[in-house]
Amino acid sequence: MSNTAEKTRYSGRPSSDKGLVSWLTTTDHKRIGVMYFITVLVFFTLGGIESGLIRWQLAQAEQTPLTEEIYNQVFTMHGITMVFLVVMPLSAAFFNYLIPLMIGARDVAFPRLNAFSYWVYLFGGIFLYSSFLLGGAPNASWVGYPPISTEAVSNMGFYAVGLNILGVSSLAAAVNFIVTILNMRAPGMTFMRMPVFIWMSLVTNFLVLFAMPIIAVALFMLLADISFGAQFFDPATGGDPMLYQHLFWLFGHPEVYIMILPAMGIVSEILPVGSRKPLFGYAAVVFAGAAIGFIGFGVWAHHMFTTALGPVARSAFGLTTMFIAVPTGIKIFNWVFTMWGGKLRFHTPMLFSIGFVSMFVIGGLSGVMHAIVPHNAQQHDTYFVVAHFHYVLFGGALFGLIAGVYFWFPKVTGRLMNEGLGKVHFWTWLLGFNLVFGPMHMSGLLGQPRRTAVLPAELGGTVELYNLISSIGVLVITGSALVFLYNLVTSVRKGQIAGQDPWDARTLEWLTESPTPHVNFYAIPTVTQRDEFWHRKYAEDDAGRAVAVPAGASEDHVPEDGSGSGDRDTDGSAGDAGHGDGADGEHIHMPDPSYWPLVQTLGFFPAGYGMVYANPWLFGLGLLWLVVGVFGWINEPVAEGDDDEPEDAPTPATAAVR
Amino acid sequence: MREHHESRRPRRRSTGLLLATALVLAGCSGDQSALSPAGPYAQDPHDLIVIVTVIALVVFVFVQGLIIYSVVKFRTRKDDDGSLPVQVHGNTKLEIVWTMIPAVILAVIAVPTVQMIFSTMEEPEDEHLVVEVIGHRWWFEYYYPDFDVYTANEMVIPTDTPVRLEMIAGDPGHSQDSAVIHSFWIPALAGKQDLLPNHTTFLNMQADEPGTYLGQCAEYCGLSHVNMRARVHAMEAADFDQWVEEQSTPAEVPDGGPEAEGRELFHDLGDRQSCAACHQVWEGDGARSPSQGPDLTHLMSRDEFAGAIVDLDEETLRQWLADPNSIKPMQYEVNGIGMPDLDLTDDELDALVAYLLTLQ
Repeated sequence: MSNTAEKTRYSGRPSSDKGLVSWLTTTDHKRIGVMYFITVLVFFTLGGIESGLIRWQLAQAEQTPLTEEIYNQVFTMHGITMVFLVVMPLSAAFFNYLIPLMIGARDVAFPRLNAFSYWVYLFGGIFLYSSFLLGGAPNASWVGYPPISTEAVSNMGFYAVGLNILGVSSLAAAVNFIVTILNMRAPGMTFMRMPVFIWMSLVTNFLVLFAMPIIAVALFMLLADISFGAQFFDPATGGDPMLYQHLFWLFGHPEVYIMILPAMGIVSEILPVGSRKPLFGYAAVVFAGAAIGFIGFGVWAHHMFTTALGPVARSAFGLTTMFIAVPTGIKIFNWVFTMWGGKLRFHTPMLFSIGFVSMFVIGGLSGVMHAIVPHNAQQHDTYFVVAHFHYVLFGGALFGLIAGVYFWFPKVTGRLMNEGLGKVHFWTWLLGFNLVFGPMHMSGLLGQPRRTAVLPAELGGTVELYNLISSIGVLVITGSALVFLYNLVTSVRKGQIAGQDPWDARTLEWLTESPTPHVNFYAIPTVTQRDEFWHRKYAEDDAGRAVAVPAGASEDHVPEDGSGSGDRDTDGSAGDAGHGDGADGEHIHMPDPSYWPLVQTLGFFPAGYGMVYANPWLFGLGLLWLVVGVFGWINEPVAEGDDDEPEDAPTPATAAVR
Repeated sequence: MREHHESRRPRRRSTGLLLATALVLAGCSGDQSALSPAGPYAQDPHDLIVIVTVIALVVFVFVQGLIIYSVVKFRTRKDDDGSLPVQVHGNTKLEIVWTMIPAVILAVIAVPTVQMIFSTMEEPEDEHLVVEVIGHRWWFEYYYPDFDVYTANEMVIPTDTPVRLEMIAGDPGHSQDSAVIHSFWIPALAGKQDLLPNHTTFLNMQADEPGTYLGQCAEYCGLSHVNMRARVHAMEAADFDQWVEEQSTPAEVPDGGPEAEGRELFHDLGDRQSCAACHQVWEGDGARSPSQGPDLTHLMSRDEFAGAIVDLDEETLRQWLADPNSIKPMQYEVNGIGMPDLDLTDDELDALVAYLLTLQ
């Protein structure tokens, strides 16, 4: 970070690179990624507490430690929190930190927009949670079906507005990441040389781009019904509640893949490293991921098999739902065969990745069972479904994302997380997870509906026992999560020094030092292979066996131990023509910090409360604030003195696209 | 709150892990279980899912087996020479195999699935009973159009006869505005089907054996969603006919004593809302009509009330009238939904309960 310290201070633009202000004004994708991650930990704790309350309530039959009203708020907020404030932004944390590094770029395409996305996310979360203090949290479940959600007692105004605020964050981020991936890849990184994580990020962000506007429309209509009596969904005046369900799930099913694809990308990176083999069937995994993205828009009504849906529609969506299992299966087999014939090393990231594949298989198979439409009517809205989607989103997405935390922690901090604690975390996590969600398959089939504030005794002792096991499982997961948090916190300062390449990794982010220097790469690498970094370390002999190549053989080699900054390559063969690379980073153009993303984003509070309470003055203030923020943003001076170069000079990234 | 009205069904408490294992194995039972179908509309989907589950279990064992085998077989051993494994990049034949085999399996499953979607949804060809189901917050109302009979919570059907449910949320005549989506679900007899405020939806079911089948609302419908239970009493045709006849007779009008006093109060509570404003007790004049609250003409012919969450007896009835929210949380004060707290005096309670108990 030494280069920013040398910046000339320029009026109107923050320049500190240490302390609170530097974090509040940062436009550095790495810092924003870290901020996403820390915020996710806070919301994960809140969502976890909510899940604990749910399991407390259902630990025994016929007890109500929480009133029905509070329980309904808690399960609603648990769903909203875990989907919109934990899994999605945790993926965003990885997008932020890794996309520029993995494609050999110095930052995302729109650094200030990136900061904007983060602040909108944070404030959207705070906004949603402020409802607890303002008359009660939303209580009509995370799907928010009208007519019940349009009633004042449902408090769903906060849901409609809060989710739309979060949608702004996701959309801005999606545009940013798509442009970054398409335009800023290092020279030589063609599409089919991109790491699978980058591919899955690209697909995911296209899904966000197309899915988010759909729910935005649905939520605005819902808000209009709630706040202004618009009656879009009110059957009394010809409105149709089914319309909302179609809109919601047309977003909601791609949303499922928005949550799972990043984790699939992460696992596709870690399994080859842990197996010391390239990913089996790279092209198949990539195309399967893209296929899932497309088909994912064609299965939404399988969430609605028990509504007013005729037999033809039920059949069609049953078939598409079965069909989407095919590309999913392709991925699973390719992951398994990545391990096949390898030399597996069971470090914590590898364990979580294998756990991901194994648990995701269970969620996938129960998903196919949902496609058996006649029996879906038995499973739908029972704990069987709760079990299914937790196997996909907890056993799947969360396992994959946690694997990523362990794997890239040394990239961020320069230190490894403690392996012993990591293994304790994995095994207790796996045990606790299966204790909580395994029995739910059975309790659902035995008749326990979801979203019920009491466990009815009439369901019988078996169901009670399953619920008790689930509740005990939460204690195991809680203990496990505390181990994880302890490991995270202590490893930041006391973890073993990682060195540049602790895993013998394959992708570009490990080409540079850890922790990542502010400029990411002192020289932008030229990519000649898929798994570029691996190929700089190894070549294959005639038998297909990998052999190490002598250090320094490649063109823009950086020493692997990361210590010898003295002999850093300075020739800049792949030099950044527009801005002139230098060994000391002096002339590298990096995005400047800015107050405006934070300042502007604060306007979402008055705008949001104005919409919830239908207060035009408050809303007007928020709108004005946001508009003023745009102008502040546009008119902000450029801080760096050496930015005289014409902006349209060809850069390596644009060269790569050509 | 719930201590006041302990459920009539005995609680089966588990005592240990051994028992737990036994219960897991014996898990395929229970009154509200999709795993113990008691009629063709539950049996057919059940048989199909059993086949699919077996296939899924085979796939599960195969894939998990592959994972476990890989993990054991290809772990880095202690005596490893540090060399790298053969760098395999993929195999097109394998890709085709694991694309085609799942696709073929799914295509095979798809055929009976689609057939059954149509067969379970179409109107039964045989002579069948029609029951209209109306979803209220938070109780189910049933209307038998053939017999002009209204009842609540507990549906009575004949065995071995298909029943076609015509369902809608809310009561078109009275409370359309406050209708929300519900879902009617008696697992042993059929899968669930949502009740919507503006579309009639249909569900077929049939019971092979006499008995009581439990169910509950399966689409989240707000505060007391969990307290919206449903029961189906299936009985032999002769018993059913008798039930219909009983339900078709007008309620008797008590001719004196606290019962008559209670009847007066039922129709007139002074400046408080009268019971009759929402509940019908049909005494033979005029038509029977759908109500905002359950029809009480033959209240005491039912086993349970308040959304079928408590046994119907003098004590619970009295508690319900005195403080309805202590049995089932409702939103009358804020939303007009449910039974109001009428601030009844002890004398009024005595009289009303005495009257209601006459409604056999």
